[in-house]
Amino acid sequence: MRETTMNRREVLKTGAALTFAGVFASPVRAAPPPAEAVTLALIEAAKKEGAVTFYTAMDLAFAERLGRVFEEKFAGIKVRVERSGAERVFQRIGQEYQSNIHAVDVVNTADQSHVIFWKRQGWLAAYLPEEVVKYYDKKYYDPEGLAIVTRVLVSPFGINTNLVKMEDAPKSFADLLDPKWKGKMVKAHPAYSGTIMNATFQIARELGWEYFEKLARQNVMQVQSATDTPKRIALGERAVMIDGAGYLVIRNKEAGQPVDVIYPSEGTPVATSPSVMMKAAPHPNAAKLFQSWMHGREGQQLLIDYARQYSPHAQAVEKPGVRKLSEIKLMREDPEGVEKAADEVKRRYSQYFKV
Amino acid sequence: MTVAVPDTRAPRRFGFDLTKPVLYLFAAVLCVLIVLPLSWLFVYSLTDKTGALTLANFYRLFTESSFYDPLATTFIISVSSAVICCAVAAPMAWLVARTDLPFAGTIRALVTASFVTPPFLGAIAWELLAAPNSGLLNKLFRDVTGADQDVHLFNIYTVSGIVFVISCYTFPYVFTLVANSLDRTPGELEDASSILGGGRWYTARRVTIPLVLPALLAGGLVAFLQAMTLFGSPAILALPAGFHTMTTKIWSLFQFPPKPELAAAASLPLLVLTVLLLRAEHMILGRRGYSVVGGKYGAPRLISLHGMRWAAFVLCLLMLMMPVFLPYFALLNAAFSPVATTFVTFQNATWQNVHFVLYELSAMTLALKNTIILGTAAATAGTAIALVIAYVTARRAVKGWRLLGFLATAPIAIPGIVLGVGLFLSYTRPPFVLYGTLWILLIAFVTIALPSAYQQLQAAFRTIHPELEDASRILGATRLRSLWQITAPLLRTGVVATWCFIFVGVMRELSAAIILFTSETKVISVLIYDLNESGDLGAISVIGLGMLIITFAVVIAVNKIPGFGTVRFRT
Repeated sequence: MRETTMNRREVLKTGAALTFAGVFASPVRAAPPPAEAVTLALIEAAKKEGAVTFYTAMDLAFAERLGRVFEEKFAGIKVRVERSGAERVFQRIGQEYQSNIHAVDVVNTADQSHVIFWKRQGWLAAYLPEEVVKYYDKKYYDPEGLAIVTRVLVSPFGINTNLVKMEDAPKSFADLLDPKWKGKMVKAHPAYSGTIMNATFQIARELGWEYFEKLARQNVMQVQSATDTPKRIALGERAVMIDGAGYLVIRNKEAGQPVDVIYPSEGTPVATSPSVMMKAAPHPNAAKLFQSWMHGREGQQLLIDYARQYSPHAQAVEKPGVRKLSEIKLMREDPEGVEKAADEVKRRYSQYFKV
Repeated sequence: MTVAVPDTRAPRRFGFDLTKPVLYLFAAVLCVLIVLPLSWLFVYSLTDKTGALTLANFYRLFTESSFYDPLATTFIISVSSAVICCAVAAPMAWLVARTDLPFAGTIRALVTASFVTPPFLGAIAWELLAAPNSGLLNKLFRDVTGADQDVHLFNIYTVSGIVFVISCYTFPYVFTLVANSLDRTPGELEDASSILGGGRWYTARRVTIPLVLPALLAGGLVAFLQAMTLFGSPAILALPAGFHTMTTKIWSLFQFPPKPELAAAASLPLLVLTVLLLRAEHMILGRRGYSVVGGKYGAPRLISLHGMRWAAFVLCLLMLMMPVFLPYFALLNAAFSPVATTFVTFQNATWQNVHFVLYELSAMTLALKNTIILGTAAATAGTAIALVIAYVTARRAVKGWRLLGFLATAPIAIPGIVLGVGLFLSYTRPPFVLYGTLWILLIAFVTIALPSAYQQLQAAFRTIHPELEDASRILGATRLRSLWQITAPLLRTGVVATWCFIFVGVMRELSAAIILFTSETKVISVLIYDLNESGDLGAISVIGLGMLIITFAVVIAVNKIPGFGTVRFRT
């Protein structure tokens, strides 16, 4: 139990020793695993396992949709979605693994820094689906095949257009400090959401922690999930969403709700969202099949068409209505930085925002 | 009539007395249930990360504003809730119990409805109703008055909002205690006062009020404790507003990186305060009955309200709008609305949320299964343990029966979240690694349910005079046989009622479960909490309504059984 009190850096030291031992035992480990095709044998083995447990930080509706489409395609394999914020998912896996509970097969987190930690712990299984090697830029998957980027997330502003006109809307982070937005904004929490953890880290790096100190005085409504802020502006509970899942704002707009998205002039926070397969997965074959399918054309097209997110798959067809990633001024993502600063980010955040 | 009495010195059927081992076994079980988690709580609160003895955790608790602010907030919330509960519940209980209020039975049923509504569900429903901008009531207010978008009537994300919501689901405790007390107050005492020339107001002031005052004070204390130990409502309403209460703070100390030693230290003030207040309650309630001496009394005479009857009835209904009608309406509306806080019309009504919960939400099946397994198991085990202990203490069957009774009542002093922390610390380590199994949740739920189950069954035993068992034993039956043939049939209704109320209590439990669940052992209350964090209000409404339907089915089934008492729920 005492282990739970270790912070990431302490674990880092122990983890480093573990990795070293691992390397010593099997020197070929650093080499990329061969790309694997989906074979009939794999499908049969997966069906025999009959289930896959998917921990994810995606919006629940999309995660369940992915699961149901997969189930239709591979009858007999049940997908159980366990959704929470990426930071919570990370905590849950840590707590479960410490108690020797190995329930999870595939994880999709919204925080790249988690992969660094899990790799160090030696918890990840190497697996590269054929399609990933063929159609994914090398920067989108781990050279050892331990993680694959499933989607790219941005965290823009959102507004409720009934409550604020586009021309009056805030265009930059600096605008948000204007007293006229006091009590009118909603924000998600970095201790819950991976997207927000990365966004908070990037904003603090670009604008300094003083920015959050000032923002906290704006009487901001504090919710947990990056998927909740878009829902709050759609309800009309607040006029402006400071951060959160841009894709949900776009989805809601396309569904006819009075919301719109704004990319702040200082740059939009970005988080690439990787998926991993656990070494101790209880359903290793079903996990492979799911990883492969989710990162294949079908899963990725669903990601674009249904969830309105950015896909790393070169052949996935973009659907108009979402601004191209290359046309957005993005902040720089820094998973190593987040990995080191995560506890500090949470501490300072709760110091300013009180929760 | 003569009866051939068999030789009472006939050899026992068993070689030795079974009662002793039973006592020791149950005492051991209860000790493990209660003493183990509390011991770890103390150990952790007094040690640092390396395991060295320290008071630093408590020092931080009382010197850092991030700790003592929540403590102060919790105190304010608890005191205000207790006062409001008493102010609302006492007059209502008087109206129901002592006046010719029309449909008094309906009012009692509606109070029961707010009693069994999970408080976290109520909090979410009130979010739908009274969030400052999107709340249905505020929207209605703006539509009617034409007020500006910025104007709102209610803001639920405030301390007063939380006090209001907590009071909605806590006042039934006060109501039940006061109404029961009024039901039992003999009318003759009031008659005597009237005969001796006391006017109605004088009688009320000098006779009725002093008689129910202990119950009212006790009710106030229970309300205070409820408000203090609740997790769901403050987590749902206080965090968005940017402040913590003690329970949400304890919970946040379990987030990564977890600080169990601080969580343990923060749990102890809640525990100490609860113990102190329960002692106070005991002292006050212990005085009750001092004036009710001997003889049999007629039913209290109902006071005629004359022209005020219907006004009083409407007033009660208005009060019950807050915990029952309005929240249920908000949930129903959200369940069938495309956007949770848009009023449902024929044009926009949708089955989408129902479809999502029934056919897409993959966590639902497992959570439902876990809840039903745990509800059934906790109800069965809890009833069985309570039954044995109640028998032993009611019949004083073995030496040391007082100890068993004390151990069975002790968990009432342990707030759910504190128990959760203690169990987490106890069962994530060898020799009992129960974390991740349903067992740890079962232990939590049984422990939480035990005091009320025990009290209820003990009361049931008291109504059965030992003469009946004695007669059976004199006629030659063994203790077990007379239990089986005489006592058990007489107790059946009490046992069934206890079983059902533990089951309903398990469905409402969130504060211990939120600390102890893993992905494989999630229960419905935790699932609803998760869905609230991700903002899926439509799905919550559908699940919540389903929960309420199951709960009411159980409660109505129990009500069909005559003569069950009230059960104290804890969350």
